[in-house]
Amino acid sequence: MNGVHDMGGMDGFGPVLPEQNEPVFHADWERRVFAIMNHSFGFAGFNIDEFRHAIERIPPARYLASSYYERWLGALETLMVERGVVTREELIAKQSPGVDTESLARAVKTNPPAPSKDRARAKSPRARFVKGDSVRARNLNPSGHTRLPRYVRGKRGVIVRDWGVFVFPDTNAHHAGTRPQHCYSVSFDARELWGKSAERGRLNIDLWEDYLEADRTNSPKQKTKSPTKIARIGRKSK
Amino acid sequence: MSENHHDTSESGPVARVKALETLLAEKGLLDPAAIDAVVDTYETKVGPRNGARVVAKAWTDPAYRKRLLDDATAAVAELGYAGPEGGHLVAIENTDRVHNLVVCTLCSCYPWPVLGLPPVWYKSFAYRSRAVSDPRGVLKDFGTELPSDVEIRVWDSSAEIRYLVIPQRPAGTEKMTADELAEIVTRDSMVGVTNVAAPSRRGDKSKRAGK
Repeated sequence: MNGVHDMGGMDGFGPVLPEQNEPVFHADWERRVFAIMNHSFGFAGFNIDEFRHAIERIPPARYLASSYYERWLGALETLMVERGVVTREELIAKQSPGVDTESLARAVKTNPPAPSKDRARAKSPRARFVKGDSVRARNLNPSGHTRLPRYVRGKRGVIVRDWGVFVFPDTNAHHAGTRPQHCYSVSFDARELWGKSAERGRLNIDLWEDYLEADRTNSPKQKTKSPTKIARIGRKSK
Repeated sequence: MSENHHDTSESGPVARVKALETLLAEKGLLDPAAIDAVVDTYETKVGPRNGARVVAKAWTDPAYRKRLLDDATAAVAELGYAGPEGGHLVAIENTDRVHNLVVCTLCSCYPWPVLGLPPVWYKSFAYRSRAVSDPRGVLKDFGTELPSDVEIRVWDSSAEIRYLVIPQRPAGTEKMTADELAEIVTRDSMVGVTNVAAPSRRGDKSKRAGK
């Protein structure tokens, strides 16, 4: 979805303000949110893509007004309710004064954190692209989850590395299948992304195969290392 | 900035977290002791000291540096570091010609096993938005000025790969041991927003160690 979370290239947020001697957490509630998130994948039955999408679904104004762990908390509440782990009514009732903290001590069952599932897949569908291939990020605007940021859509880049096969977030976030496919490091010229006045430089981003199409522009003046003959043959043999 | 505001009032996230945690505990889904354990891990065991040891070893052991560049996940595991957000680590080295900078524009992906949990600035909207379009300006926010002929290479960690920058070893540190070097490698240098500075005086070491 074209949400406010897709921030690459936006202006107006001001300078980056590093905090000296920053603690790992700034308040105890942040610790609890972090830990609940780490433990909840197992019993709540959601995956990381779904969790990210739940954050993205926070209304833009609220997203921008919330701190990082507040957004995590909002996503946890959403998913726990959607997955039927708790109800909205239960959450609201518990938020009223006099929350029974004693019940924490009475908890009986211990759930170890679910081992983080490696989303890499050994079984390799054939790679459509090889190192050196010219590609274009597709102009996709899905209404659901995606890891294809707006600032690269429609832009031309070069495959610099094939990372192997990974679960596809766009479908996995919606329990619509894992659709494992190759994910590549794709390198873009800064001027392709930000225009001719941009400074010289490159941006590398990891993109799944479904986000990419072969670049058929064949610009003779292509500044990036032009795809080798071998690369082109490799692509044709697909 | 509102995004950096940490609400501690009872009507805000404090009450909401307590409600959620209480409900999960009542349903027998969550053990508060397990919560404390995971918090303790990230407050006391996993942090940028891990990454600093990796970098210092890479600076002093060419064979290790090669293994790190070939397969960072395995090389980092040699030092005992592994875990969530560290299944697919990639080390990228700064050179005289290329300076690397890591960001996650869509959320805040970060290599937890080597750097710990990300600082607020890494998660800030300012960093997520501008690191890709104005990397040199972002570096200036950190007081980092690079020669104009150094290419800045930004890495947007949008998928499963988590990046660790190997900063350049500063001149004047030739006689330092790996342990001493690990003391001067900062978190920010391993994200790529700063360079590592040589200690101005060797006598400062105790101060740095206490940090």
